Amino acid sequence: MDIPYTVMPRRDTGLYNAKLGIWLFLASEVMLFGALFSSYILLRVGSYPGVWPHGLLNVPVGTVNTLVLICSSVTVVLGWAALKANQFAKYRKIQAITLACAGMFCCIKSYEYYDKFTHYEVILKDGRVIDGHLVEKVGGGQLVDGRRQPPEAIVIHGVEFPADAKAAGMAKVPLIHNLEKASGHHLEHKEFRIPWSDTKKVQNYGPWHNTYLAIYFTMTGLHALHVIGGALVIGWIWGPGAAMWKSDPERYTNRVEVSGLFWHFVDLVWIFLFPILYLL
Amino acid sequence: MSDNKAHHGHGDHSKTYWLVFFALIIGTIVTVGAYFIHFDTIFLTIALALAIASVKASLVAGWFMHLASEQRMIYTILGFTAFFFLGMMLLTIWAMQDTPKPIFP
Repeated sequence: MDIPYTVMPRRDTGLYNAKLGIWLFLASEVMLFGALFSSYILLRVGSYPGVWPHGLLNVPVGTVNTLVLICSSVTVVLGWAALKANQFAKYRKIQAITLACAGMFCCIKSYEYYDKFTHYEVILKDGRVIDGHLVEKVGGGQLVDGRRQPPEAIVIHGVEFPADAKAAGMAKVPLIHNLEKASGHHLEHKEFRIPWSDTKKVQNYGPWHNTYLAIYFTMTGLHALHVIGGALVIGWIWGPGAAMWKSDPERYTNRVEVSGLFWHFVDLVWIFLFPILYLL
Repeated sequence: MSDNKAHHGHGDHSKTYWLVFFALIIGTIVTVGAYFIHFDTIFLTIALALAIASVKASLVAGWFMHLASEQRMIYTILGFTAFFFLGMMLLTIWAMQDTPKPIFP
């Protein structure tokens, strides 16, 4: 049995069914992301002064990723327009750029995640805090009674905050500015070899580190899953699914339009995620 | 319902798409540029960033997603979505009254 209204619009809705379907789905997606955005606002306004981090993420990298996503958005719609004009070869070329952009976005996002997972805050027993990137963990790691042993020492490349700076758990960038202002010279970035026995708490900047990172990883993680899902669907339509262009070109064009609508939505979410997580 | 063929009389809209694309690029550059300028109030910083983001989002929704000229059915769906979305955001703002005073040392 043929599925009705895959090409022709229904009289009552004025739409072919897949288009109605994708808009209903996008409406539910608005509520999904909306819930997370409202959670973000609540966490942000409820946070203690000086705790909400600023400058934790790399703005130029985030900007490049924003531009990559914008590029993919224009190529999606240009690809669909090419199909509408009966130019299949042109669509293939343009949509290949979309897929490349999707891959690039995921690579850049992975780099950013990796950077956070290797970024550590080390609180020492004497109250000093060392904040920076992990160089290496020396020794340890062997299993004793089913428990992994801690390293003998940890090597961090970063900055040291004196005990009286009360840096533990606080936003580091404004603290660095204040310390540099008070002392009149740059806080030096260098390598610290810290014996494990001197440490009180060692934690990387993963989602467990603070509220900001929890909401950052939740929102960007869910968004990244949407990028991956969207790219898989667009890639399937572009590759193996393209056989339909010969048998039913109008329906194929509609598939490209519907997957494109989803892709634009993913871009739209990022347009808000970028300023609230990177800039504000 | 209107004739879908008349509605979807897609001529060559590529020029419009490119214009929207460049507007989005400029919007991104302005947003990042504003980040490096330190405004007096946090309110102004947030308002400006969200205003630019809203303009960019409208461009994507209006032209890339063709919402500027769509069927009434889609507007109805999005009307309901906007209602509940705004409700969710307003709940957050009302809840701000319940935020405890900072007790952090």
